[in-house]
Amino acid sequence: MASGLLEPPASAIDQEYRWTLNFGPQHPATHTTLRILLQIEGERVLDARPDIGYLHSGFEKIGEHLNYNQYVTVTDRMNYISPLANNIAWHSAVENLLGIDVPLRCKYIRTILAELARISDHLLCNGACALDTGAFTAFLYAFNQREELYQIFETLCGARFTTSYTRVGGLMYDATPKFIEQVRQFVKNFPKVHADVCRLLNRNRIFVERTKGIGVLTKAEAISRCATGPVARASGVTRDLRKDSPYLAYGDFDFNVICSTDGDCFHRYLVRMDEMLESLRIIEQALENLPPGPVNVPMADRAILPDKSRVYNTIEGLITHFEVVMTNRGFQSPRDECYTAIEAPNGELGFYIVSDGSETAYRARCRPPSFIHFAMFSHLMKGHQVSDIVAVLGSLNVIAAELDR
Amino acid sequence: MDANALKQALQQRFGELAWQYSESRRGERRLVIPAGQLLSYLEFLRSDCGFDALLDITCVDYLHYRGAKDRFGLVYLLGTSTSGERLVLRCYLNEPNLKIASAVPLWEGANWLEREVFDMFGIAFEGHPDLRRVLLPEEFAGFPLRKDYPLRGRGERHNFERISRNQS
Repeated sequence: MASGLLEPPASAIDQEYRWTLNFGPQHPATHTTLRILLQIEGERVLDARPDIGYLHSGFEKIGEHLNYNQYVTVTDRMNYISPLANNIAWHSAVENLLGIDVPLRCKYIRTILAELARISDHLLCNGACALDTGAFTAFLYAFNQREELYQIFETLCGARFTTSYTRVGGLMYDATPKFIEQVRQFVKNFPKVHADVCRLLNRNRIFVERTKGIGVLTKAEAISRCATGPVARASGVTRDLRKDSPYLAYGDFDFNVICSTDGDCFHRYLVRMDEMLESLRIIEQALENLPPGPVNVPMADRAILPDKSRVYNTIEGLITHFEVVMTNRGFQSPRDECYTAIEAPNGELGFYIVSDGSETAYRARCRPPSFIHFAMFSHLMKGHQVSDIVAVLGSLNVIAAELDR
Repeated sequence: MDANALKQALQQRFGELAWQYSESRRGERRLVIPAGQLLSYLEFLRSDCGFDALLDITCVDYLHYRGAKDRFGLVYLLGTSTSGERLVLRCYLNEPNLKIASAVPLWEGANWLEREVFDMFGIAFEGHPDLRRVLLPEEFAGFPLRKDYPLRGRGERHNFERISRNQS
């Protein structure tokens, strides 16, 4: 990591005003553990080289040794800002591989959760970006709403952060009426807070001047640099997996894809802000049309653990439980490979799973949007000043745990 | 571009025997190509077939995979910037010749993706502007996602020098 990063400057004269600054790995404005090596001349950034890997923990290697249900706990720790989106992405990929079609109610609940995760991710991203660019209040407003979301997740699955809520072919538990009531309340209250944050930032002179025209990514560059999600949409790439290849229940709902053409930090912020309102619309529609019925595939499919009352009270439930749990009797997977992606808050989050017929993936590749977005950081920083680093970093929403995996 | 048009275009450009096209039961399109011609395939698919977005580059080590003939399978996930169309492009590499052309001239975003494959599998991308390890320290010796690298055990820490209290 360290050696080879710094070349000596061209001549002694250049050296006089040029110096190297280490940004991170333990800097409060990086928010997570990442390091940027800056070559600066006064305030101007000549070169910014990201140096990553501080949080690398071999998630993909672990994925080759945990079974399809166990690995969901590791996906929580990838993008820990929106763990539910990762859970859904992982199990969508596994279900695609195994050829399982989950019940409609499960699809609806997963859609609601994916959108709640999107709101919580965008709130943090915009809030932290505002915090770094001198607008502390907006950050507190955003975090207050995130707290509401954590309460909802806690009601749902007992965990606030590491949800691990999905299972192969279903969910850990069905959604309770209390959860539905809480989401309704959130849907009702959120627009007001959203409007408050907009009022705090949209015409805030300090915030606008620090983000407008900073870190511009053109449409051609966005495509060439493999950008997805809000980063690409702010640059005019009209791609959204929810519309282009509707997964879960997205085909049933009416919503818009938010795009912009300017591609700077401010427009990435605006795209995220407006996306939250669209997410709210999706949640509202899903909640009002939530179908009744089971959330898990039938027990006879031998893909999902039967619920505990059946395990304890019926012999069939107990047998099925053991058969799914036992390593040589677990569910069958085809010898195949497939790539499945969802539109995660940060961009396209996909899993490329190779299966050799066992209940463990042979290879579990994760396509991490943060990694791909952070790769363009030095390009976005060209010609900018030291104070713009935090704006660009904040608008890319780089989550180091997903970056390094 | 639908499957037949794609097959026809490929046939005109590369002949019939060089590539294999298949579709999985889920409708995923796959194209297996010779590793030596990777760049010309990528260029053709990008400019003539509309697959202008590179989504991911990854690698699979088929060392313990039952019935596999080749050691490494490189996977290029292509998409389009306008729709949800996908194509999985694959080619195989075998030891000792673990070299392949870099896709950086076509997509800037391939830079870090190829560095990660190099980092984890030790596959050299020829023509890459900056082929260094990206996630692991540069002193690291192994390639952890290869199947002959153990999940746990001794080894990985031996790369680092031990410094005692008096030395530091």
